[in-house]
Amino acid sequence: MKQNKTQLTPEEHRLFGDLMPEELEEVIQSGFNRRHFVKLMGLASAGLLASYALGAEQLFARAVETDEIPDLIPNAIENGVNVTFKVNSSSKSILIDSRMTLLDTLRERIGLTGSKKGCDHGQCGACTVIVDGHRVLSCLTLAATCQGKSVITIEGLAKENELNPMQAAFLKHDGFQCGFCTPGQICSAVALMKEAKEGQASFATTHISADAKPILLSDEEIAERMSGNICRCGAYPNIVAAIKEAQTGKNVPQNWLFTD
Amino acid sequence: MKPFQFISATNPGDAVARLTKNPEAAFLGGGTNLLDLMKEHVSLPNEIIDIGNLSLKEIKATATGFHLGALAKNTETANHPLIRKHLPLLSKAILAGASAQIRNMATNGGNLLQRTRCSYFYDISMPCNKRVPGSGCAALEGFNRMHAIFGWSEQCVAVYPSDMAIALSALNATVKVKTSVAERLIPFKDFHLLPGNHPEKDNSLAHGELITGIEIPNNSLAAHSAYVKVRDRNSYAFALVSVAAGLSLNGNLIQSAHLAMGGVAHKPWRALQAEDFLKGKPATIANFTKAAELEMASAKALPNNRFKIEMGRKTLINALQLAFKG
Repeated sequence: MKQNKTQLTPEEHRLFGDLMPEELEEVIQSGFNRRHFVKLMGLASAGLLASYALGAEQLFARAVETDEIPDLIPNAIENGVNVTFKVNSSSKSILIDSRMTLLDTLRERIGLTGSKKGCDHGQCGACTVIVDGHRVLSCLTLAATCQGKSVITIEGLAKENELNPMQAAFLKHDGFQCGFCTPGQICSAVALMKEAKEGQASFATTHISADAKPILLSDEEIAERMSGNICRCGAYPNIVAAIKEAQTGKNVPQNWLFTD
Repeated sequence: MKPFQFISATNPGDAVARLTKNPEAAFLGGGTNLLDLMKEHVSLPNEIIDIGNLSLKEIKATATGFHLGALAKNTETANHPLIRKHLPLLSKAILAGASAQIRNMATNGGNLLQRTRCSYFYDISMPCNKRVPGSGCAALEGFNRMHAIFGWSEQCVAVYPSDMAIALSALNATVKVKTSVAERLIPFKDFHLLPGNHPEKDNSLAHGELITGIEIPNNSLAAHSAYVKVRDRNSYAFALVSVAAGLSLNGNLIQSAHLAMGGVAHKPWRALQAEDFLKGKPATIANFTKAAELEMASAKALPNNRFKIEMGRKTLINALQLAFKG
């Protein structure tokens, strides 16, 4: 349980006071939790956060409070494997059942539920995380193979109150509807920035024999390179716009408008 | 998943010794196919030998061609400067397969060992001779739109799913294998098998053998090669039909044509009849068309995949044109 009261910034205080007054005291007393986060996402998708952009950005960057998850009782684990790996900025040592995937370990044992279990068969990309700098599918990775590796999840992308530019671009461009695929989309897109900078080729690359050099991603290239992340809501045009904005650092016109 | 012991192999010899000792053990490379099969209870190993830390990851030029480490990742292979420059057909084929995430995980050796995506093979409530020998083939009279048009048997009509292997077939690769006593080299054409009466065997590896690398001989195809993949959606889907084409040209004259097809058989289908026809002939649309027709003449469709014969003909012609154009 958290000992100190939550220190809200003035912008966050204004947002809660205006939009979620009944939760304000709870947030101050016991922290920003998942329920608040979900409600905030609801407000975001209803377009109600437009005039609270700074406060919303600060809140989204906050790590949602999680309780320590106790070790499982030993006989609940078959073929136990001790594994130590880095998740975001902290090192985790954990005894796991050999069958545990990285996804289940992150979600069920470490309490990082940002990475989503969509299909659990490597077909949807919702579980995408970044391992040693490369985007991979955590549902097809055995946690036991992660010894000594460094894992970055959606929870590890923001720096304190500052969103990763890709997260900010997804918010600005409304790169989601239900949001379930979003953590995977964003992790995938963040890793894509590095791949493009290194000049990695894709199936859409026309002159594959040419020397690798940094690539400014076209719509076609983004579609090809992001094809491992499925969005059933069909937010693709907005996702493409967000990735273009994050890559160029320049404003890309939004695909949506307020209608009032 | 069925419970299994997890062990990390320390070197190739250790890996081979451990696998040889236990008939129910399996190697784990990238895991992108094996884990899925284990979740579906199609594969039921009681011991997983992780080979991910073995140092079989080198990609380099050799005296006679190129060496791909078995455990180098697909992404790294497709993007290696040597491969992009000298074997663009291989880069293109790798990049046609799966998604960026999966290519970052998948190893070269593991790619060759992918199992069919036939939905009856995956569904343990259905008969499948590949999964349970002697149980029958549900695809033969089932939904077989994605299935084979070449080399199938009454026992199995499944197709082999890899794109990378289609290019390796066209490039005359050799698979380097470590056994418990020695090393052996398997020519690519003999590596994967047609189903015949033993569809449970995808390839000619024996239990206990480890792929250590893939050797590709030098060639003069880099300037005139193409990988064309036709699929239900534009990316991240298995091939209905794919063609790897490489032409060795002397002016307008074809010295040799290298052609392999994916999505049509239980193994990479080397289009030998088309190759033979094209040898020594001018590179013209008429000759490409004739070659494609000769190859497709021996295709035999199943009830739901007759379209693949015309699609195969057109894809062969298209790939030859693109390869010629360079």
